[in-house]
Amino acid sequence: MEQYYDRVGRVFDIQRYSVHDGPGIRTIVFLKGCFLRCKWCCNPESQEFKIQQMEQGGKTKTVGYDISVRDLMEEIAKDRMYFRRSGGGITLSGGECLAQPEFTEALLRACHDYGFTTAIETTGFAKREIIERIIPHVDYVLMDIKHMDSAKHQEFTGRPNELILENAKWIAENAHSMTVRVPTIPTFNASVAEIREIAKFANSLPGVKELHLLPYHRLGSDKYTGLGRTYTLPDILPPDKGTMETLVEAAKSVCDLHVQIGG
Amino acid sequence: MAEIKFQIAKSDRISRLVEHLYAKLPEIEPYRAELVTESYKNTENLPIVKRRSAALRHILANIPIVIRPDELIVGANSVSPRGCQTYPEYSFEWLRPEYETVATREADPFYISPETVARLEKVHPYWYGKTVSDLAAANMDKECLDIFMNHGVFTVGNYFYNGIGHVCVDYEKVITLGMEGIIGQAEQEMAKLDMGQGDYLSRKHFLEAVIESAQAVTAYGHRYAELAYNMAAEAEGVRKDELLRIAEACSQVPGKPARSFYEACQSFWFVQQILQLESSGHSISPGTFDRYMYPWFKYDIDHGIETLESAQELLDCIWVKFNDLNKCRDAASAEGFAGYGMFQNLIVGGQDENGYDVTNELSFMCMEAQCHVRLPQPSLSIRVWNKSPHDLLIKAAAVTREGMGVPAFYNDEVIIPAMMDRGISLKEARRYCIIGCVEPCVPHYTDGWHDAAFFNMCRPMEMVFSNGVDKGVQIGPKTGDVCKMGSFQDFYNAYKTQQEFFVKMMVQADNAVDYAHSVRCPLPFQASLIDDCMARGKSNQEGGARYNFTGPQGFGIANNTDGLLAVKTLVFDTKQVTMEEYKEAIDNNFGEGFIPKKAEELTVEAVRQLIEAGVNVTDTQISEIYHSFLTASFIPADKKARYQQIREMIMALPKYGNDLEDVDTFAREVGETYTDILPQYTNCRGGIFQAGLYPVSANVPLGYQTGATPDGRLSNTPIADGVGPASGRDVLGPTATANSVSRLNHAAASNGTLFNQKFHPSALSGMQGLEKFVAYLRTFFDQKGMHVQYNVVSKDTLLDAQAHPENYKTLVVRVAGYSALFTTLSRSLQDDIINRTEQGW
Repeated sequence: MEQYYDRVGRVFDIQRYSVHDGPGIRTIVFLKGCFLRCKWCCNPESQEFKIQQMEQGGKTKTVGYDISVRDLMEEIAKDRMYFRRSGGGITLSGGECLAQPEFTEALLRACHDYGFTTAIETTGFAKREIIERIIPHVDYVLMDIKHMDSAKHQEFTGRPNELILENAKWIAENAHSMTVRVPTIPTFNASVAEIREIAKFANSLPGVKELHLLPYHRLGSDKYTGLGRTYTLPDILPPDKGTMETLVEAAKSVCDLHVQIGG
Repeated sequence: MAEIKFQIAKSDRISRLVEHLYAKLPEIEPYRAELVTESYKNTENLPIVKRRSAALRHILANIPIVIRPDELIVGANSVSPRGCQTYPEYSFEWLRPEYETVATREADPFYISPETVARLEKVHPYWYGKTVSDLAAANMDKECLDIFMNHGVFTVGNYFYNGIGHVCVDYEKVITLGMEGIIGQAEQEMAKLDMGQGDYLSRKHFLEAVIESAQAVTAYGHRYAELAYNMAAEAEGVRKDELLRIAEACSQVPGKPARSFYEACQSFWFVQQILQLESSGHSISPGTFDRYMYPWFKYDIDHGIETLESAQELLDCIWVKFNDLNKCRDAASAEGFAGYGMFQNLIVGGQDENGYDVTNELSFMCMEAQCHVRLPQPSLSIRVWNKSPHDLLIKAAAVTREGMGVPAFYNDEVIIPAMMDRGISLKEARRYCIIGCVEPCVPHYTDGWHDAAFFNMCRPMEMVFSNGVDKGVQIGPKTGDVCKMGSFQDFYNAYKTQQEFFVKMMVQADNAVDYAHSVRCPLPFQASLIDDCMARGKSNQEGGARYNFTGPQGFGIANNTDGLLAVKTLVFDTKQVTMEEYKEAIDNNFGEGFIPKKAEELTVEAVRQLIEAGVNVTDTQISEIYHSFLTASFIPADKKARYQQIREMIMALPKYGNDLEDVDTFAREVGETYTDILPQYTNCRGGIFQAGLYPVSANVPLGYQTGATPDGRLSNTPIADGVGPASGRDVLGPTATANSVSRLNHAAASNGTLFNQKFHPSALSGMQGLEKFVAYLRTFFDQKGMHVQYNVVSKDTLLDAQAHPENYKTLVVRVAGYSALFTTLSRSLQDDIINRTEQGW
């Protein structure tokens, strides 16, 4: 077997039967470590690369483990029959798969060896050479564009957006398929004006056909406590259906893309 | 992308019919009991089969008939909507102590008027010692009767107290030839009889009974024609025309061949209804309805006699009528078949005897009817095979998304070979349909005696720990002191020995009941529609059907798999727990308190004993006693901690349902400890036993009778519901669960397996959701899963329905092999459904 099957990466969860993150029935592999610190992040345990302890339901849980591509493929292949029937495969999420480029590249190659389709959910925050290495192995790129204003982006995610927007252009030109996703967060970007700006940008990307607005939810907030951290968006409520529909209409008014709520 | 086909507008009539049907509590009526008694009193000198046809004739000629407002398809077994008759020739004694409680009991209440009680009391004395139940009890070996009645390892109560039902008859024959044609067939058989043969008389009596029944059924149709004419004379406008149309149809069918789709529907309905008046057996299953109704449908559509909308309305009317038939069971059985279950299984899709797919417009429209009517009956099923059209599965997924738990999906690629393995030819097996919950059979060739017994596989496991003793009585074999077993193999062998012993006991109990039916309740009308009864000159009950089986269903695979592996690991491999401790922990319910219902029961018993002993018990003391049962406070703290620790260790071990090949392979073996021993046993009708693996809803009441089990399941709580994992123990999502379940030997359970899954509605949202769901289902079947059914309803909805039942009167959910109105189920069964693992995120 090829050498890249020996590459080891750091993963914190595997979720089978995912039907909302890419085509068909998919297995999501959550990688540990991310460059961004989005305040709304529902997987705060994914952000640090190091293996952590998290309190949950009165129990201490170790988050993160190291696994080789070979061993991981054995786990992923348990649903190969479902992938074949549905055109599904794997989705790398996180964390940020581009933060573990060696492992990510190896895993994506292995999936293609097996005939599984590959998708990544990415912030797009990485050096260009890494992007250029990874993207050829990805069938479906699901990329976040969170805000067009770099200062506000920095305030809410800990990073400016210039590199992300540049990378988005390159990915759009070179990827097999790219969908733009917008985590829609009240107080951050859930306004008609801000969504419009993002939609305009998405519309300018060659090959992008879909824009998904993902409504903010609070499902991960208890994990912050479990990690001994503070959830800094404590008082906002998930946007209601009416708000989301208004934002969809706002996006549609400035772009030709298919716009939907949720992935 | 595909679209959902055959979305047809619903007629307003259907809502009115449903509203009328559910306006009040169903009622028990006295008419049939009176008529059957009158007839029996007058026919004591006749052979039994002729007494049966005479009784049917007397009932059909005299029972009150009714056409309900707005009906297009007519024929009801009760004057009151959803009411029921009683069948004292099977059993009646159970009803007498329940007169007071039957209207207020938790599972399936029925109203009974003081007048009805008085009328039933008048006829009941005749039946002492004359019922099927009396003879069955007399037939049973003393030990078997004791185990069945007092120890709950298995129960054969269903057919002990009731008719058998569980057939799919030849509806097509009645629709095509009419009862006249059946009389003609009987006469032909009669002409072949040879006076010189010993069976001349029995054959002659049987054929005469068939003819008498057929005439009675014809005349019953004419009564409806007359009623409709009379009502038409009083009616005006559209309803007058409708009543005249009804009158015309009932003048023709079921006596003569149907001349239109409408008459075919009416003819079908009379057969379906009268079968359930002849006997109290449930699971009278219409089977491959889309196939045999199609020629009439097609002709009338092609010739402009019906439109898709009008044909759909007729189907919808039949769908409502399925819910008009009802049956009152004893309180205990009502819990095992909860939700007024009638189990009329109707199946669409699949293939014909030559292996061509049979999907047609009616296949889709049957599913559409389910969406229009939204009631528990019929039990709608769909056959899936490699060539099933994608559109049909998308439609089925869309119906599934409606959350009523239908259709249930069946896999041709497993069921056909499984049936062939039981001696059925390929051509016949390809025509299979499903009876009742999940039981495959060849339509109108099979008397499958499906649902023959519930076998609780957790009880033999208990007997290993008790060395065969239950409630202080040695009921099972002595497999030795469990604490002295030297190896896991000894332990496992002891379990197998216990299981084999009780299975054989169950076989005897079943045969005792089977024989009683053949002697006391042969059914000539049913027999006239089952091959080869007429050629063999005997009823189903006497072995007239071409294929005869007895299918008792076992359940508890998941609990026993997890339990056996836990004992193996903790006691024999790692030696972290001694067998003494393990047994003690089980005997003490792992240091946990009892569930409230059991705690109440134990409190009542404890208080009763104190009072008998002359102790004056105060309310405070009663409350303290109850509290101690609820919290197990009587167990010393250190013991309690150790028992709880043992349970935590058990719970931390790998469990069935998580796609672990070694665990699942062992589960397969555990299943085979039940399925593989049955076919060696024979029944009274010339057939063999074949296993099912499903509990209907009995995993809850029979779980209540089961102590704590070695898998960490607490005392009196439900047992796993079919071939699925124990509730909440499958944690890796639906694909992992399905992979585990598909590793069982489904084909060995040729009487059917049952796999429930619960999905959150979001998992099926949009066309994408339907497509992915179909792919998921296909993959489970690729791996040789046999059956699966889905509850698509959120936990929040169910909890809200428990809290506010008034808002959820028509919330239909899947129970087990059938659907029922959620709010009519007992609290414990509701809880069991809520606690099943919810898949999809």
